[in-house]
Amino acid sequence: MSKKPISGSYALIESLLNEGVDTIFGYPGGAIIPVFDALYDYYERIRYILTRHEQGATHAAQGYARVSGKVGVCIVTSGPAATNAITGIGDAMIDSTPLVVITGQVSANLLGTDAFQEIDVVGITQPITKWSYQIRRPEEIAWAVARAFYIAKSGRPGPVVLDFAKNAQLGLIDYKPEFCNFIRSYLPVPNIDENIFKKAADLINSAKKPFALVGQGVTIGQAEDELKEFLDKADIPAAWTLLGESAMPTDYRLNKGMLGMHGNIGPNIKTNECDVLIAIGMRFDDRVTGDLTNYAKQAKVIHMDIDSAEIDKNVKTSVAVLGNVKTTLPTITKLLKKTNHKEWIESFKEHEEQEYQNVIKSETEPAEGAIKMGEVISKISEACRHEAILVTDVGQNQMMAARYFKFKKKRSMITSGGLGTMGFGIPAAIGAKVGAPERTVCLFCGDGGFQMTIQELGTIMQENLGIKMVILNNNYLGMVRQWQELFHGKRYSSTLMANPDFIAIANAYKIKGKEISDRESLDEGIKEMFADDSAFLLVVNVEQFGLVYPMVPAGTAVTNILLGE
Amino acid sequence: METKLYTVTIFSENTPGLLNQITIIFTRRQLNIETLSVSPSAIKGIHKFTITVETTLDSIQKVVKQIDKRVDILKAYYNTDDDLIYQEIALYKLATDKILSLGSIEALIRRYNVRILDITPTCVVIEKTGLYEETQELFEELQSSIGVLQFIRSGRVAITKSKVERLSDMLASIDECTKRKQID
Repeated sequence: MSKKPISGSYALIESLLNEGVDTIFGYPGGAIIPVFDALYDYYERIRYILTRHEQGATHAAQGYARVSGKVGVCIVTSGPAATNAITGIGDAMIDSTPLVVITGQVSANLLGTDAFQEIDVVGITQPITKWSYQIRRPEEIAWAVARAFYIAKSGRPGPVVLDFAKNAQLGLIDYKPEFCNFIRSYLPVPNIDENIFKKAADLINSAKKPFALVGQGVTIGQAEDELKEFLDKADIPAAWTLLGESAMPTDYRLNKGMLGMHGNIGPNIKTNECDVLIAIGMRFDDRVTGDLTNYAKQAKVIHMDIDSAEIDKNVKTSVAVLGNVKTTLPTITKLLKKTNHKEWIESFKEHEEQEYQNVIKSETEPAEGAIKMGEVISKISEACRHEAILVTDVGQNQMMAARYFKFKKKRSMITSGGLGTMGFGIPAAIGAKVGAPERTVCLFCGDGGFQMTIQELGTIMQENLGIKMVILNNNYLGMVRQWQELFHGKRYSSTLMANPDFIAIANAYKIKGKEISDRESLDEGIKEMFADDSAFLLVVNVEQFGLVYPMVPAGTAVTNILLGE
Repeated sequence: METKLYTVTIFSENTPGLLNQITIIFTRRQLNIETLSVSPSAIKGIHKFTITVETTLDSIQKVVKQIDKRVDILKAYYNTDDDLIYQEIALYKLATDKILSLGSIEALIRRYNVRILDITPTCVVIEKTGLYEETQELFEELQSSIGVLQFIRSGRVAITKSKVERLSDMLASIDECTKRKQID
């Protein structure tokens, strides 16, 4: 005989357990109360983290998903909660992060009546989700949840929204778990013609100056080892996109640095000198390519991606290798000749030296003047022995952190790449710490972004999360100010910020902190931050008019690199 | 770049909100849909969308890939007019007295291959099926001679000239895949 019927809310929680969920981020409200009521009975099996805002819940779920490789789960209520969650959903879509976001919804009989806290969640989220579905009957729950997780994590991952009508939360049902590993209209990993591997390998074997671009696809596919074997065998220098950072250790001999607008000189110059360009799990974002009409025109392009819609989207490909790089990389590696490209690899050195002399030295080892962002980041990375998880907000802090933080471990770079969401930092760090509690989590924020989700300090306090937070404070919205300085005649429209006493705010949340304004006390401040495992806020008042260099101005060729004075 | 009229054919599951998922892909790129027609396909539970849009080859290729990528879409294709047999249907409402004043209604019917759908003492509804230019030519002639009370034209319906039914091929391979999954 079947078991006693349970309510849709209990069926939802059982379905989540069935998917292995043990952590949920969110915020309760009217149209989701029955689900929270059910959760009350599962406190021992599911950790529920109450954020201070639904945007925070989605970014926390992103941070959690990115460090753990699992699906991040959020439960929030209807109406304004759903709209608050939109930023995180959009961010997860463009950065391919697996999320299942469950929003409350008014009862099915009230749909379309402008009921209290009713909003068209499915309509709003369709463009920014892999799948968005409204559950109107309790019978659909097990099916919809199984399908949601399958879609979120398979293929190119992304967010899924389940809009959960209140009547379905309350209605009774004979719950039976369901599993999903197939949808007939959905092909998560495209079919590939076996001849392609040989074509790709032949091209690489014939290359004199091969160059690999490493994207987040390597991290998502957990193909870090496969990547290394591939690069080692054919001796291919590689550079990374923002989200591809930490797929290779910083000191790996073939790791030549960052691509794009604020990337290293070598990788950008060599993009337009290589003969075969191998893009591995990356999507040729405009911040990487600059002007496409002047991008790698001399090179044959091999594009390896799991999403066939990325092929020829921005850069025309000679050979498209569809599939998960975890399997496609080793297949090609087998066909590669063991070679070395000593001269080609050494040709990066000249640019490294140039960049060190013109940019890096003064940024990380300044002898005098105001504190530089780069030196703070270098010192903190050092203090963590380059083993920490880096979380950034968006702007100068993000670019500086990407440039100067170093990595020994994979899955260690959490940032909002595609959407560039200011305010991502604090909640994403929360999710990262929850997903990897044994690791040090270092957050770098600007003074602007920190204040966009500053209320999440409450979550850090309540959950007692030992996150190490650093505000690189220049009292400006620094990246906008940088553009105003360089391209808008130094007209600093709405970028100067009067800031609060950040330490007093942290203290009010029972978080220790220290403010540093001179170079002499920086080491001591960092030491204090890492003195114990508790949360800490280090506010470093840095050079007010600092600029991130090198810089490829938007829309220009990747070889058009500004180095400052 | 040169623009052309492309016909996009989409096979999808019959789930609510599908049309929105498709149209927002055009909207995001500021592409104007010229015609749209939706109906159940020959295969039960699968709907077919036929959309025409004037754009470049590069743009239509990207749009079709983005549509194809949606979870509930089985397959999306694009074609140019050369690959297709296609028709539109148009209905014209005319005043009965005016149409009688034309003299020979028979000539009109023969010349344009028109069907009469309805006749009342006040109005006559006629139907013409054909290419856009043909239904338009009739409209213009009637409008200038006796006036058209109401006019409506459908979106394009199209069928490929090639013998192969692409969807059935695809469904067969899906069935194959399902069987393999079940064995696994």
